[in-house]
Amino acid sequence: MLQGALAFVQAWWVELLCAVLIVLVVPLIAGYIVLVERKVMADMQARLGPMRVGPHGLLQPIADALKLLIKEDLIPDDADKFIFWFAPVLSMTAALTSMGAVAFGPWFQVARDINIGLLFVVGISALGPFGIVLGGWASNNHYSIIGAIRSTAQLISYETTAGFALVSGFLLAGTLKVSGIVQAQLTDQVWYVFLAPVGFFTYLIASIAETNRAPFDLPEAESELVAGYMTEYSGFRWSLYFLAEYANMIVVGAVGTTLFLGGWLRPFPNVQWMGWVDALPGVLLGAVGVYCVVRAGKQPAQVQALFMWAVAAACFAVALIFALAAPVGNAPLKFMYAGLYGAFWFLLKVSAYIYIFMWLRFTLPRFRFDQLMRLGWHILIPLALVNVVGVGIGLAIQSALGWNHWMGLLAMLPTTLGTIVVGMLLIRWNDKHAAAASAPIATDGTRVEDSYAG
Amino acid sequence: MLDSIVFYFFASIAVISAMLMITRRNAIHSAVFLITTLLSTAGIFLQLRAEFLFIAQIILYVGGIMVLFIFVIMLVRLDVPLPQIRSPLRQRIAVFVAVIVFAEAAYIVWKAHAMQGQGILIPTAAPADKLPPNTEDLARSLFGMYLLPFEIASVLLLVAMIGAVVMAKKRTNTP
Repeated sequence: MLQGALAFVQAWWVELLCAVLIVLVVPLIAGYIVLVERKVMADMQARLGPMRVGPHGLLQPIADALKLLIKEDLIPDDADKFIFWFAPVLSMTAALTSMGAVAFGPWFQVARDINIGLLFVVGISALGPFGIVLGGWASNNHYSIIGAIRSTAQLISYETTAGFALVSGFLLAGTLKVSGIVQAQLTDQVWYVFLAPVGFFTYLIASIAETNRAPFDLPEAESELVAGYMTEYSGFRWSLYFLAEYANMIVVGAVGTTLFLGGWLRPFPNVQWMGWVDALPGVLLGAVGVYCVVRAGKQPAQVQALFMWAVAAACFAVALIFALAAPVGNAPLKFMYAGLYGAFWFLLKVSAYIYIFMWLRFTLPRFRFDQLMRLGWHILIPLALVNVVGVGIGLAIQSALGWNHWMGLLAMLPTTLGTIVVGMLLIRWNDKHAAAASAPIATDGTRVEDSYAG
Repeated sequence: MLDSIVFYFFASIAVISAMLMITRRNAIHSAVFLITTLLSTAGIFLQLRAEFLFIAQIILYVGGIMVLFIFVIMLVRLDVPLPQIRSPLRQRIAVFVAVIVFAEAAYIVWKAHAMQGQGILIPTAAPADKLPPNTEDLARSLFGMYLLPFEIASVLLLVAMIGAVVMAKKRTNTP
């Protein structure tokens, strides 16, 4: 029995390590995304954001997590106890499980040889909204159930768009395997965002809607529904929902990065003279480490100085691996280097993707529900469909002319332009119809009850 | 060994939650147990190394159809038609159909065992170390050998979809 367990660990230790890392690190990363989000929001609103806990508020997520853990956990009397208990767990489980097939680096992946690859990520993360819907229903609260119903309607509408956008990427890659998709972008010498820009754009919008982020945050719209589906949740259950939302942001970012932004590849992986980019991760981490050491002495409290030293040590350790692995050529070091190096670029791209989410959140006002539905069904789904056809035609032209590598861009150009023109026409047509639909409401003076809002 | 443990695990969950699904009084509870049944069926697909069927089951049935089910359950008051559904005649018909389907399935299993190796194909799981690229295989057979049935099925689905839209339109137009 023990021998069997040992053999199992020996055969699967990389996968086990990745799985444990994901479960341990993702909640931490999610906490820090919240901090970054607050900092970005503060920056955009010309204020400082959290500054008290730790240097520049760096310990704020840990303080928040502690606060949430010791908060009282309330369950309403009229709630459906089991589903109320189960729903947030379902959301979190779906988000973490779907990360199992995400490739953070060449070997940094739990389910490595899985044939369905990215479909696994998309399919499992689509289970998350069940947590929202069931939680909203189980709370037995009007605001919660309206949030839940809005969430389902939104999910059904935007899942289709996301699916078609992914299809256009899969067409280009010719495989569903995560490593195969990245490899295809390496051999094609171009990120697929340049070959199918409309596909990336529609996926970006659909993924914002799927993660319930502003301007699509109708399921939890504060000014209308208190907190939507999580109105009745408190303490740790609430934080599970919160973590699931941010973990889902990482998941959709990872899917978009893998399919359209070249996965774990560095920029211009085939260009020889751009080789100096390889040194960037090590130098950057070293610089962060030095900064932390310098600032550690100036911290007002012991804990904060300790925190700075810890961050510096972690940065130096990783930077050391980067520095040593290249010249020494030691096998285990090379192995670690490949994983960490891939993870660096991958996470950098995912961060950029998530930054776009935040940027949009603090820039655009929330949609009305009929606007949301109109955008989804009248503009995005037709556009995504046309884009799939366009990419197919582009690929046919490409193979007919025998163009490959970046020359494929030229073949894709006319079909991309055609798709964009169709998108413009759709928007114009929709504007005309939207104006016609809202006219009687404006003349009447009274607001007609929104038939979509539940 | 491991394979049969996994299979019996998922199979028992599927059967138990299917039974719970038809015995619950609350429609949402039934839906939750139906989701569990569908998920464990997906697990059996995965145990048979049919990855694509596994994810298609999850995306289509769990992620698509069940979301729609729950959406409808939440919007519609279900207490009203319940006595109508639970009429004794319907129950008798349901029992009759269930018995026939069970007999059919049992007959096929029995026949397959009796005629082992005599033309009736007994599907076996592929070895774990040599996974068939089943997404590609499925695509090849769907869009190659079975293209015509596939197209007919998609036309049928399209007709159903358009029909649903037309019916919904009619109801809003007549006051």
